[in-house]
Amino acid sequence: MRGPALSSLALSAAEEGGFQPPTISETHLPDILPWMAPWGTGFGKNMLMVILAVVLITWLFSFAIRKQALVPSRGQYLAESAYGFVRNTMGRDILGDKHFRPWIPLLFTVFFFVLFNNLFGAIPGLQMPTFSHAGPAYALAGIIWITWIVLGFKLHGAKFMKLMTVPSGVPKPLLLILTPLEFLSNFIIRPLTHSLRLMAVMLAGHIIVMLAGSGAEFLIAQQEGIANAGLGVAVLIGSIPLYFLELIMMVLQAFVFALLTAIYIQGSIEADAH
Amino acid sequence: MGEHMISTTLIRATEYEDANPLVPNPWEAAVAAIGFIVLFIIVVKVIAPRFEQSYQNRVEAIEGGINQAEEAKAEAEALKAEYEKQLADSRAEASKIREEARAEGAQLVSEAQEKAAAEGARIREQAQAQIEADRAAAAASLKSEVGTLATQLASKIVGEALEDDARSSRVVDRFLADLDAEQQTQGAAQ
Repeated sequence: MRGPALSSLALSAAEEGGFQPPTISETHLPDILPWMAPWGTGFGKNMLMVILAVVLITWLFSFAIRKQALVPSRGQYLAESAYGFVRNTMGRDILGDKHFRPWIPLLFTVFFFVLFNNLFGAIPGLQMPTFSHAGPAYALAGIIWITWIVLGFKLHGAKFMKLMTVPSGVPKPLLLILTPLEFLSNFIIRPLTHSLRLMAVMLAGHIIVMLAGSGAEFLIAQQEGIANAGLGVAVLIGSIPLYFLELIMMVLQAFVFALLTAIYIQGSIEADAH
Repeated sequence: MGEHMISTTLIRATEYEDANPLVPNPWEAAVAAIGFIVLFIIVVKVIAPRFEQSYQNRVEAIEGGINQAEEAKAEAEALKAEYEKQLADSRAEASKIREEARAEGAQLVSEAQEKAAAEGARIREQAQAQIEADRAAAAASLKSEVGTLATQLASKIVGEALEDDARSSRVVDRFLADLDAEQQTQGAAQ
């Protein structure tokens, strides 16, 4: 009947006279290289945005700190505040004074990579958060998951497995239940929740934007009558607070993702402390 | 109409299979992973060291400034103490010099007074001796001259009657002795 949602909403609405809500498939835009190829076969917008984020973050921070002035300019001050936020709030406060220094670059990269890619969803023209697709979210959570495990085994050897799965101070019979649960929760569920939390929030936000847009378009352009048009305008106005809510979610998810990264690494460093 | 809309929507939703949002596009995952690693390397090599260094520079500059200020303060205090010491020293020195000068002055004055007194005494004595000598000379000269003159005068007045030398010299001696006596009484009275 319908191809994977590539036909336009307006067309189907006009044909059938009903409102067609946006679908997940519609977040999968055709690829850029080769031009208009089906999603997943070539180089797509999502990948372009990843590269854009890398270039933007590199350029912005390198440019801001290029002078290393003792009395910073406004730009340098802003960049230093952002760096200091990651360094102190996520690094020092969670990893502790003794361990946080080597992890600053990782936390910085995680936070700003996620933040910039999220904010692309709020920029007209791009209007799609990179992490509303599962692939990038899995990739990032996977990298952190591997870092966490490698670090744990490096610091504690094979004992790390025991530290992560056998809770201390629990009666022996209970361990029969708790150990598999702990294994499941730490090694399987943790990376999934880490990635899906980000992906789901970004996807939901993206779909809300699409829904508001297509709904308003449908009410104003496709339906007869002043009442429908008024309702469409109301939807557009209502989508403005939603946009700002979405902006908050984007920043918050980047913060949560980086914060969890810091907490996991802290869990590895001090695995024997609890 | 509203009911119709809802039912068509429901039908549409079940009519075809939508994409599963949990199924990743492996290429997107790969690009995101590579992008992340590239950015991580850039941050490790360039961005983080620069920010840390900038932070370190600032810490050093501020601490250096504080140290410098403390050094300058200590230096100023040392200078002040030295200056005050010098001031006290020079005050003591000045008062010492004043005392010495006063003592020396007093000594000079007393010496000068003594000297002047001695000189005065000496001059007075000399003058007295001179006067005495002059007076004696004058008296001697007067004695002889007055005697001669008086004798001549008397001889002229009295004439030959007085040519007898013995008699005349007796008269003159008596006269002079009277004169001396008179003078002595006058001197005693004075």
